[in-house]
Amino acid sequence: MEKVLLKGNEIIGEAAIRSGCKLFFGYPITPSTEVVEYLSKHLPPKGGTVLQAEDEIGAINMCYGAACTGSRVMTASSSPGISLKQEGISYSAAAELPMVIVNVNRCGPGLGGLGPAQSDYFQSVKGGGHGDYRLIVLAPSKAQELYDFTMEAFDMADKYRNPVLILSDGFLGQTMEPVVLKDRPEPPKVDRNWVVNGAKGRKKRILASYSLTNEIGEANNQRWEAKYKEIQEKEQRWEEFYTEDAEYLLVSYGTTGRICKSTVLNARKKGIKLGLIRPITLWPYPEKAFIPYKEKVKGMVTIELNTGQMIEDVKLAVECKMPVHLYRRQGGMLPTEHEILDYVEDIFSLTAVEEV
Amino acid sequence: MMDKVILAGFGGQGVMFLGKVLAYAGMGSDLDLCWIPSYGPEMRGGTANCSVILSDEEIHSPVIDFADAALVLNKPAYDKFALRIKPGGVLVVNSSLAKLEDARDDIKIIEIPATDIANEIGNTGIANMVCLGALLPNLTLIDLDKIKKAMDKLTSKKPELLEINLTAIHKGIEYING
Amino acid sequence: MEKVFARTKGLTDIPFSFCPGCTHGTIMRLVAEVLEELNIIEDTIGISPVGCAGFCQDFFSCDFVGAPHGRAQAVGIGVKRALPDRMVFTYQGDGDIAAIGTQHAIHAAARGEKITSIMVNNAIYGMTGGQMAPTTLEGMKTSTSPYGRNPLVDGLPMDFPKIIANLEGAVYVASVSVDTPKNIQQAKKAIKKAFKVQQAGLGFALVSVLSTCPTNWGMTPVDSLKWLRENMMPVYAMGELKVTEEVKSL
Repeated sequence: MEKVLLKGNEIIGEAAIRSGCKLFFGYPITPSTEVVEYLSKHLPPKGGTVLQAEDEIGAINMCYGAACTGSRVMTASSSPGISLKQEGISYSAAAELPMVIVNVNRCGPGLGGLGPAQSDYFQSVKGGGHGDYRLIVLAPSKAQELYDFTMEAFDMADKYRNPVLILSDGFLGQTMEPVVLKDRPEPPKVDRNWVVNGAKGRKKRILASYSLTNEIGEANNQRWEAKYKEIQEKEQRWEEFYTEDAEYLLVSYGTTGRICKSTVLNARKKGIKLGLIRPITLWPYPEKAFIPYKEKVKGMVTIELNTGQMIEDVKLAVECKMPVHLYRRQGGMLPTEHEILDYVEDIFSLTAVEEV
Repeated sequence: MMDKVILAGFGGQGVMFLGKVLAYAGMGSDLDLCWIPSYGPEMRGGTANCSVILSDEEIHSPVIDFADAALVLNKPAYDKFALRIKPGGVLVVNSSLAKLEDARDDIKIIEIPATDIANEIGNTGIANMVCLGALLPNLTLIDLDKIKKAMDKLTSKKPELLEINLTAIHKGIEYING
Repeated sequence: MEKVFARTKGLTDIPFSFCPGCTHGTIMRLVAEVLEELNIIEDTIGISPVGCAGFCQDFFSCDFVGAPHGRAQAVGIGVKRALPDRMVFTYQGDGDIAAIGTQHAIHAAARGEKITSIMVNNAIYGMTGGQMAPTTLEGMKTSTSPYGRNPLVDGLPMDFPKIIANLEGAVYVASVSVDTPKNIQQAKKAIKKAFKVQQAGLGFALVSVLSTCPTNWGMTPVDSLKWLRENMMPVYAMGELKVTEEVKSL
C-alpha cells in the first residue's frame, strides 16, 4: 500500500476524500488551516465541494444543511473557531446528523497560542454547546491514527447518526510522519429514510429540533439518551501499554499519550513497573479499561496539557479507590518523557525505595 | 538507532526544506520519522526551526529535549540551540554568520563558512545544503545516496535545482574532509 | 359545480396558528401557490428560521429543515451545495435575516448563492413579544424601546434589501407589501420571479415583504394595514430594487 509523508492536517484531508466525504465547509484558523487548504486543492477534482464560509458559524450551519441531505460532510477548525461552532454542533446533535468535526486544539482560553494543548477536553466531551447531548470524540496520537480515525469517524457518524469530533492539536496537525494509505473500511449499512431531499413519492419530512410540547421534548431526550447509552456500551476504545503487571499507571491521550510510552519504556529499564492506559475514545470515556486495575494498582497519574480535566473522568472510572495524580504542562508546552518519569518517581517515592 | 536533529536559522534560509530533505531520505529508507516545524509568526524573516527524528523503530515521544545533532545557520540559532545538544553530540555552525565565543567542549563542533561557500557556487540560498554536507557523515541512519534520492523527489518540479543543491552538499562534505 | 378556488397543494391541511390580522398567512400562501404553479413542491427544500416565521415548516407541503436563529441561508447553502438540482428557499423574519443572521445573508448574496430568500418585515420581534427589531421605525415603541426608538441610542432602521441589492451576486431584489389585493398580486409576481431566478441558476434572489403584527403593534388588523401603508412604506424602498439583464429576459 502507498506510504506518504504529509502534515497531520493534510492527512485528515486525504482520509476524508478517501472516506467519500463530498462536502467541506470551513474558515481558516491556525493551526488547522492546512485541512481546508488541502481539501480546496484535492476535493473539487474528485467531484466534491469545498466552500470557505463567511465564518465558523456559517461553516457549521452549512455542514448542518448538507448533512440533512445524507451527504458525507466535514468541517475543521481550532479552539476559538470550535467555540463559535458550538450552537450549530448542538443543533446537529439534536437533529441527529452525521458529520465529522475536527478540532486542532490551540492552547489556552481566549485567542491562546498555537502550541499543542488539551484545554478543550471538557468542551469536547461534556457538551460544549447548550443542551444535553454527546459527541463521539476520537483522540489520535500520531499521523497514522489521524488517517485511520478520520475514516472511522465518518462511519461512526453514519452508524449512530451523530456528529463525531476528532480532537487533534497543533503538534499533530503540523508534524509530518509517514502514513500508510490504507483502503477505506467497509462502510456500515445505514438507513437513509430520514434525509431531506425533496418529497418525491413520499410524505414530507422535517428535520428540526424544535418542540414546544414538553411530552414530545422528553420523548426526544429519552431517544437520544438510549442512543448515547448504546454508544457507551459498544464504542469505548483504548490502548494498553505494559499494563499486565503494572503497579502504577499513566493515563494520557493524544500527543502526551505517545510521549508516555517513552516514559513507560524508560521506567521499565529502571525496574519500575509502570504502564499506560491511552484512551482513544474520549467520549464514550473508556471506563472499562480501568476495571481490571482499580483494585490492583497502587496509583495513577494523568498526563495532560491543561489544568487537569480528564483526571475527573479517571477518578470516576476508578471510583476513587486509589490516589490519582496529575502532571501537566500548559500554554503550548509539551512535557518530555524524562520529566514525567521524574514526577512519577517523586509522587510515589520510588527513587527513595530504590536507594534503600 | 535514532537520529534526533535540530535545524535552525532565519526564516527564508531553507531550514524547513532542509528538514524535508532529511525526512524524505528517511522515507526512502523505510524509517519511522517525525518532521516537526516551528515558525515565528512572519512568513519571511524571523527565526525558524524544525526538528527531524529518524528511527529504525517506532518513535513514541516526538519531543526532543537533547538532540543528537544540530545545524545552525546564524548566530541567534546558535545561541538558542547550542545548549540543546547532548554531550557527545554534533553541532554544525554556519561560521559565515555566527562567530562563536565560549564554545562547548563536550560536543563536536563543525564550523563551516557555508554562506561564503554558497556565494562561491553562485547561490547564497544554498548555504543550508553546504551545512547538510558537513552534517551528513555524522548521522547514523542516512547517507549521501539516500539524500540524493530524496533531493531528486523534492526537486522534481524544478530539476534545475537538483544539481546546484548536490554541488553544495558535496562542497560541504569536501570542506570537512579537506 | 365548478370549483373556482381551492387550497393550494403547496400548503398542508394544518390550519395557520398566527394571530388575527397577521399577514404571515397571506405571504405563506403566496409562496405555496408559486411552488405549486412552478410544479416544484417535490423538488423543494425549505429552510425555516426561529421566530413566528419558523412555524412555516409545518404549513408548507415540501421538505423542511429547521435552522438555528439567523442561520437559514447557511443551512440552505449546505443543502443546495449538496443537492444543486433541488430548489432551496429560506423564509425568515426581519430579525432572523437582518440582525442575528446578517453575515450569512450578505455573504450568500455576495457569493451569488443559488437560493431564494423571503424576508418578512414587520418592524418588530413578534414571537418573543414585541421587542425592537433592526427594522423598527424611528420613534416606534416596543418593549425594548418603551420611549420610542431613539436614533441616538438605537440607530435608524435598516433597509436590508437595499444593502443586498448592492452586491454583485444578488441578481433579483424586490420589496413588496401585502396590504391590498393589488399589492398582494404584485408580491406574488415578485416571489415567483425569485424562484424562477433560482430555476435558471442566475444567482441570489431576495424578496422582502412588509407585514403587520397587530398583536405587538397594539392595533386592530385594519388599523395595522393602514399604519403599514402610512409609516413603513415611505421608509422602505419599495418595488423591484435590482433586476439584472439576465433576470429581465426570464
